[in-house]
Amino acid sequence: MGATAIELRDIQVSLDRKPILQDINLTIERGDFMTFLGPSGCGKTTLLRTIAGLQKVEEGTIAISGKEVANGATDFHLEPSKRRLSLVFQSYALWPHMTVYDNVAFGLQVRKMPKPDIRKSVYAALDKMRIPELADRYPSELSGGQQQRVAIARAIVTEPDILLLDEPLSNLDAKLRVEMRAELKRIHQELNTTIIYVTHDQHEAMTLSTKVAVFFGGRIVQLDRPRELYKHPRTLQVAQFIGNTGLHMNAVDGRMIGDSSSGYRLQTPLAVVPLEHASSVHVGREVVMTVRPEDIKLLVNRIPGSTAATVEAIFPSGADTHIQLQAGGASMMARVMGEPDCEPGNLLFMHVDTEQINLYDKQTGVRIEHRHTRQQDERAKENDHNENRLSYSR
Amino acid sequence: MTNRMFNWLRNPVHLIGIAALFLLSYTIIWPVMRIVSTTFFWRQQDTRLTGEANPGHFTLYHWERVLASDMSYSLFYKPIMHSLSVGFAVSALSMVMGCGLAWLVVRTNMPLKKTITFLAVIPYLLPSWILSQAWLTFFKNGKIGGTPGILQSLLHVSLPDYVSYGFVPIVITMSIHDSVFFFLLVGAALSSMNSQLEEAASVTGARRLTILRRIVFPLVMPSILSGFILIFTKAISSYGVPALLGAPVNFHMISTMLYSSMRSRLTTEANVLSLTLMLISMLTIYMNQRVIGRRRSFVTVTGKDSAKTLTPLGKWKHPVAVVTVVVMILTALVPLLILLLQSFMLKEGDYSLSNLTMHYWSGGSDPNINTGEKGVLRNPIFKLALRNSLYIAGVAAVLAAVIGLILGYVVTRSKQSWLGRAVDQVSFLPYLMPGISLAAIYISMFAKPTLFIPALYGTITLLIVITVVKELPFTVKAGSASMMQIGRELEEAAQIGGASWFTRFRRILLPLNRKSLVSAFLLVFISAMKEMELIILLVTPRTETLTTLTFYYAEKGYEQLTNVILMMIIAIVIVVYIVAVRFGKADLTQGIGGQ
Repeated sequence: MGATAIELRDIQVSLDRKPILQDINLTIERGDFMTFLGPSGCGKTTLLRTIAGLQKVEEGTIAISGKEVANGATDFHLEPSKRRLSLVFQSYALWPHMTVYDNVAFGLQVRKMPKPDIRKSVYAALDKMRIPELADRYPSELSGGQQQRVAIARAIVTEPDILLLDEPLSNLDAKLRVEMRAELKRIHQELNTTIIYVTHDQHEAMTLSTKVAVFFGGRIVQLDRPRELYKHPRTLQVAQFIGNTGLHMNAVDGRMIGDSSSGYRLQTPLAVVPLEHASSVHVGREVVMTVRPEDIKLLVNRIPGSTAATVEAIFPSGADTHIQLQAGGASMMARVMGEPDCEPGNLLFMHVDTEQINLYDKQTGVRIEHRHTRQQDERAKENDHNENRLSYSR
Repeated sequence: MTNRMFNWLRNPVHLIGIAALFLLSYTIIWPVMRIVSTTFFWRQQDTRLTGEANPGHFTLYHWERVLASDMSYSLFYKPIMHSLSVGFAVSALSMVMGCGLAWLVVRTNMPLKKTITFLAVIPYLLPSWILSQAWLTFFKNGKIGGTPGILQSLLHVSLPDYVSYGFVPIVITMSIHDSVFFFLLVGAALSSMNSQLEEAASVTGARRLTILRRIVFPLVMPSILSGFILIFTKAISSYGVPALLGAPVNFHMISTMLYSSMRSRLTTEANVLSLTLMLISMLTIYMNQRVIGRRRSFVTVTGKDSAKTLTPLGKWKHPVAVVTVVVMILTALVPLLILLLQSFMLKEGDYSLSNLTMHYWSGGSDPNINTGEKGVLRNPIFKLALRNSLYIAGVAAVLAAVIGLILGYVVTRSKQSWLGRAVDQVSFLPYLMPGISLAAIYISMFAKPTLFIPALYGTITLLIVITVVKELPFTVKAGSASMMQIGRELEEAAQIGGASWFTRFRRILLPLNRKSLVSAFLLVFISAMKEMELIILLVTPRTETLTTLTFYYAEKGYEQLTNVILMMIIAIVIVVYIVAVRFGKADLTQGIGGQ
C-alpha cells in the first residue's frame, strides 16, 4: 500500500495535429479511486486512453508500478495488453456475436489459459458482479445495467492492477446510476485495485472518488480530495463547473476597497467581507464572490450584515427546498431544509456565511486567499438570532 | 527517425494500408499512366502507316488521327454521339421506370408488393444483353438474313430497321435491365426516410404534390443522381447490347469501336478511345459531386425505422398492381421463357411440336446443323467454359469480398490520415474506368513479364485480377460502410485483452462483418458470372468463359446454342443467389449503389 501505481510526467498528446493534452503531471497512489472530471472535450478520455496504451504520447513518460510503459522521446509504447490494466468503455463495447460467457472469457482464451481455469475465473468474475445466471445470454438480450455489469466482469476477470472506467454510468437511467455507483464503491473496496474513473458528472466524482483531477482545455487545473474541491475550487471556471448541475453556485461581482488604517474589505451588494491578506495594490480590484446555496441563511427580520431580498421562485425538492431570491440586483439561490413558510414576492433577509465563500480575481479567475478577522463575533451573533430564522412548516 | 518509421509501420492499419496502396498503384494508377503515355509516342508498327514515324519519340499523331482526320467521323464523332445519346436516353428512361416502381412499392398501399419486388430483381441477375437476344427473337427482320423473328413470322410484314436494330432497341433493352438499379437505390432511400418528415409537412397544410416536390424529392435526390451516374457510365461503356443490336446496321458506340480497333490491331487508336471513354465517365461523376455536394449527400441515410404511413391509391389500387405485374412479367419472365423454348427448337421460327428437340442440349455432332457444333452438354468447350466461369467468379468473389473488407477497415480506421483517404480514393478509381478500357490497358500491361510478375495475358489469373480490381469500388465501399457500424471500441477491448491483430480480425471483425461479406461475395459472383465488357478483350481459347462462349455463338448465329448456355448462366446465378440469401442472409441492395 501507499506505493505509486501510475506516474505521468509532462505528458503531451495531439490528435490530428490538434493538441489535446498538455503538461500533464500526475501521480496516482495504489488503491486510489481517482476521478478525471471535466466538461466534454477537455481531454480526460484521451488521457485515459493514453494510460491504457490506445493513444500514443508525443512527449513525456508514463510509468506503471514503477516500470516505464511509454516514452515520447524514444517513441516507446508498451502494448496495452502488457500494462496489466483493463478498460471499461463508455459504450461497454461488448462483442455482440459472443455470449456473456465468451465475452468475459475472451481475454483468458487469448492468453491460452487451460479451459477449466477459464471457467473458474469467468464464473468468479460473474459472481462478483452478481450475474452468473446471464452467462449464456447475448449482449442484445441484456438491459443496460446488465450490460454494464458484464463489461466490468470482463474487465476484472484478468485481475488487472489498474481498472480504467470511461464514463461508465452515462448510458444508464437515474435509478440504475445510483445502484451502479454503490456497486462500483463495493468493487473498489473488495478488489482493492487502483481505479481511474472518467466522468463529467460532478456528483459522481464527489461521491465515489478518493481524489479528483479537474480538467480544462487539456490541462489539470486542480487535483484535490473531493471535499476540498467542493469547498475551495481553485478557479472560477472550476467553481462554475462544480456548481453547474444540481449543486448550484451563486456568483456575485464585487470590488476591493479600504485603506491601511481602516483595513481592506470586499464590497458586494450582499455583504462587506473583511480581508486579511490584502494591501493597497489590491484596492479597486474586481472580484467575483461565490456562495453555495446552503451557506445562505434566510431570516425574517433584519440583523447586522444581512441583506434584504425578494423571493422570486420556490423549488421544493423533497428533503430541501431551493429558493430563488433577488437582492441588490443579483439573483441568488438559497437552500433551506424542509418546506419554508414563504411565497414569491415575500421580503426576507439573507445572511451569507462569509467563512464559506470563495473569492476569485475577475480578470484571471484565480482564487484569492482570504480570511476574515471577526470569526468569534459572527458565531456569537448567529446564536443570538436563532429565533429570528425563517420558520418551517414540517 | 528510423525508429519512428518502424513504429509507425508496426501499426497493422498502417502496414496493410501501405501494402494496399502499392497494390492499388500497380493495378490501377500505373496502367493508366502507361496508356496515356503510349498515345503520345510513335511505335515501331507506325512506320508502316506513315513515313514520319520516329519510334520512341513524342507525337500527337494518334490523337490527331482519332480526333481530326478523315476517319475521325466514323471512328470517333459518330460513335461518341451514339454513346452519349444512348447513355442519356437509357438513364432517363430507367429513372422514370425505376423511381416510379420504387415509389409504388415503398410508399403506396399497392398489393402484390412481394411478387413485384421479386420480379424486379430478376433482370439484375441476368446479363444485360440477354434482353437484346430476346428482342431479336421477337423483332428481327429479314435484313441480315437468317430466320426472321416471331413477330414477322406471325404477321408476315417486314419490320422497319429502326425497330429491329439500332438506337431504339438498344435503349429499350438496356433501360429494362438497368431500371432495377434505380428501383433498388431509390427504394432504399425512400424506405429509410422517416415518414414523419412527410407528416410534419402535411401538418403545415402542404398538399400532396407539394410534399412530393419539396420534401420527398430533395431527400431522394442524391440516390437518384448516383443512380443516374451509375447507369450512364454503364450504358456508354456497355459492349454486348450494341454489338448484338447495333453492329448489324453499323450503329457503333465507342465501346464497339474500341473492340474492333483492338481486333484490327489499331491498339493506340483503341487506347485513345478508351481514354476518352474514361474522361466522359470522370466528367459525369465530377458533375454529380458538384451538384449534390458533400454536405447533403448523407441526408437520406438518417432516420430510424419507424412506422410508415402509406399513400392510399384508392380505386386505382388493383389496376395499378395488375398492370405492373403484367409489364414486369413481359419484361422479366417472357423473354426468358421464349429463349428457353427456343433452345429446344430444331429450326427457328417453326412452332410445331415435331420441331422440338434436345439436340442443342445433348445431341452429337451433325454437319448439317451449325457446321457440326455438338450439343452443349456434350461439348468439351462448354465444359471448359463452365469450369473457367465458376472458377473465375468464385475466386474473384472471395478475393474481392475479403480485400474489400480489409481495405474498408483501413479506410475507416485511418479516415483522418492521408493513408486512409488515399486508399479510399484510389480504390474508387476503377469506377471511373469503363470495363472495356480497363481491359485494353491490361492487355498491354500484362503481355510481358515485369519484375516478379509473369506475363499474365492468356491466363485465368488475369481474368480474376481484372474482375477483382473492377469490383473494388463496390466492395471497398461495402466494406467500409459495414466497418463504420462496428465501433472502434469493440476492437480496442480485444486489444486490451491481449489479442493480436490477426486474432482480432478473425474473432471480432470477421464475424461481425459476415453479412456484408456474404453480400459482397454474392454481388461480385453474380456480376462476374455475367460479365462480358470486362473480359471479352482478354479471353483466349483456353480461357473461354460461359459469357464469351455465348457471345461467340450469338455472333455466329447459332441461336439455340446461345440460348442453352444463357439458361445455364441464369440457373447458376439464381441458385447462388438463393443459397446466399437463405443461408448467408445476404442483402443484394447493399453494394449496388457504389457510393
